[in-house]
Amino acid sequence: MDKKLKREVIAKRIAQELNDGDIVNLGIGMPTMVGDYVPADIDITLQSENGFLGLGPAPEKGKEDKDLGNAGGQPVTIKEGGAFFDSTTSFGIIRGGHVDRTVLGALQIDENGNLANWMIPGKLVPGMGGAMDLVVGARQVIIASEHTIKGKPKILKECSLPLTAKGEVDLIVTEMAVIKVTDDGLLLKEYNSDFTVEEIIDATEADLIIPDDLKEMQIN
Amino acid sequence: MAELLSIDEALVNIEDGMEIMIGGFMAIGTPENVIDRIVDKNIKDLTIIANDTAEPDEGIGKLIVNRQIKKVVATHIGLNPETGKQMNNKEIEVELIPQGTLAEKIRAAGAGLGGILTPTGIGTIVEEGKEKKTINGEDYLLELPISADIALIKAWKADKKGNLVYRKSARNFNPVMATAADLVIVEVENLVEIGEIDPDDVMTPAAFVDIIVEVN
Repeated sequence: MDKKLKREVIAKRIAQELNDGDIVNLGIGMPTMVGDYVPADIDITLQSENGFLGLGPAPEKGKEDKDLGNAGGQPVTIKEGGAFFDSTTSFGIIRGGHVDRTVLGALQIDENGNLANWMIPGKLVPGMGGAMDLVVGARQVIIASEHTIKGKPKILKECSLPLTAKGEVDLIVTEMAVIKVTDDGLLLKEYNSDFTVEEIIDATEADLIIPDDLKEMQIN
Repeated sequence: MAELLSIDEALVNIEDGMEIMIGGFMAIGTPENVIDRIVDKNIKDLTIIANDTAEPDEGIGKLIVNRQIKKVVATHIGLNPETGKQMNNKEIEVELIPQGTLAEKIRAAGAGLGGILTPTGIGTIVEEGKEKKTINGEDYLLELPISADIALIKAWKADKKGNLVYRKSARNFNPVMATAADLVIVEVENLVEIGEIDPDDVMTPAAFVDIIVEVN
């Protein structure tokens, strides 16, 4: 499976998790793609942590507004019914539990629901931006991640990189599987039938609980 | 009442080594014209408190590229490779703070509070050296106020008294930073007479504003 297809599978599957009326914050990169696959009968509101609700698609070329961008600084639009606010209100919305779901990328995730996604000491230190507040504050934290990096597992027994937050991850969606974080450990809920369950177990360092009602991922 | 000055008159107040808050998010809502003059005047050894360091050719990024910054307090520097390079070469000190925490630390300073308690950063390296409090069974970090000598703010509209209106996502950190510095300098796109802004529409009251520079 090539990178483009992997990302498409992940984004499409996560889009199925969203419910009508949800307020959702999508991280930069692959999580942003989730917005492209939201079913037509589901109306969600995207929060942009730089200060608005009602994030819309990129404008046509030539129609960019210098005062309107997403959290990556790219030109975007705002939908009807949207609202602008300042950074304290934005993070009040986030920390205060008013965001239903956030979708973020990961460097590492572990079986205790710990997440590392903001730095690799000595190599890459972009900063946490709003990610630490989002994972603590959003009601559900969904991780969008390729299952492995350079053939090595990203879903570990214990994260080795500096954490973004402790025990806040609820669901992990990869191109191979949908995994729920439970008090007993990581529960394999769905598998992509392009892979065998054994292949998924091999690609995962953490132990996976395999339930009797294991389902196939449905990707349209 | 705010003073109406030229950029150069306003910049007389900024000296080498000062702590400066700069509004904006990836340069959207950053006072670019004021920054351009700080670059021209080569004011050095600044500590900048801001959300990010933008990209190298815009906003705060220009101060990074021109090596005018000694220390950056920010939430994210990943979109300006020059900041990372100077950090790795130990030419610049970078302190990273979660975005919501940075906003609240600034708000605390501007609102006369001794700090705030946040769950953000618990169980991570952000909690190192910080006091923890347990309230109703939940752990929180005590985060202390952060203020500055100068705040450089960008507003879309201001009246001559100093009441401000921001536009779209250019608001971001501007209103809170306007509360937390000894001297607040606002770059304004549209200056109007007193009475032309409906009091209901004012986003930053003039009480927070010291100097207005009109650039349009």
